[in-house]
Amino acid sequence: MSTVALTDAHHGSAASREWSGPASKRIVTGYGFWIFILSDMVMFSALFATYAVLLGQTAGGPSGRELFDLRNVAIETGLLLASSFACGLASIAADTRNTTWFQLAMAVTCAFGLGFLFLEVQEFAGLVARGAGPTRSAFLSAFFTLVGCHGLHVSAGILWLLTMMAQVFAKGFRADIQRRILCFALFWHALDIIWIAVFTVVYLIGSAR
Amino acid sequence: MTQGRDEVFDNAELAPGDEHAEGGVGLRVLGYLTGLGLALLLTATSFFVAGTDLVWEPSIPVALVVLGIAQMGVHLVFFLHITTGPDNTNNVLALAFGILIVVLVMGGSLWIMANLNHNMMPMDQLMQMQR
Repeated sequence: MSTVALTDAHHGSAASREWSGPASKRIVTGYGFWIFILSDMVMFSALFATYAVLLGQTAGGPSGRELFDLRNVAIETGLLLASSFACGLASIAADTRNTTWFQLAMAVTCAFGLGFLFLEVQEFAGLVARGAGPTRSAFLSAFFTLVGCHGLHVSAGILWLLTMMAQVFAKGFRADIQRRILCFALFWHALDIIWIAVFTVVYLIGSAR
Repeated sequence: MTQGRDEVFDNAELAPGDEHAEGGVGLRVLGYLTGLGLALLLTATSFFVAGTDLVWEPSIPVALVVLGIAQMGVHLVFFLHITTGPDNTNNVLALAFGILIVVLVMGGSLWIMANLNHNMMPMDQLMQMQR
């Protein structure tokens, strides 16, 4: 864990901390962002429930088994997992204040994330071209809403990632920057957790009989 | 700061995503590598189970859900560092509440809609639903 960013103005010395007063800003910020992530997961759970309910409502159109390319999904899963791992290395580099490793690990995280997004956009474009766009059936509406929402989160995450790289480059590992890196890492790992649910529920169960 | 925290407060909190103090860079990288390995293993198993004829077919969705939940646990422990330690109580409690809501939303929706379908649909369409 990082010892650097724990230092805060109202936590001057160990001697003045006989009672466990207000938590450090890193804990408060991280905890608040953790609550946001959990509420985001609650939102996703509603989309998952919608998808599961509408799975069979293909309105005579193509079903998941005819549409999904599981090899593509496996590659996407691998890319996102590798990206999550690289993000973990970036957090370690941020805690040890190693700029070179941080920027390198973040660049790798970004590259894997972009690869994931590229495959997803390609898949969506292919489906629309085959006449299986979101307007085809309730099943496809639910599919595009759920997977597209995850894709939007990944896109936002990549913008945030590039912002963090630029901020570390311009301002260094200041305490506030460290807190943002902590929140970004939480966000990125949480996206990978949601993707586990996506490939399990949407693709693997959705393409079974 | 760190030693002050450890000496004075055994129950000091930890921000979600932060790891406990001990262990150097090598150990932390090893933690992420362990998580990566376990996650890869579980993912590979999921894809294998979904595509195989070796498993009794009706059990496949259940197996997939169990494997998925296991992998989420691996990610929570090795990537998000959510542990059962006393410094993590708040994070775990928030997570537990989140899981409660997620289970209510998903389980409730599926239960209600399955019941509705069962009561309202002719049999042939119902069979189609369960594909």
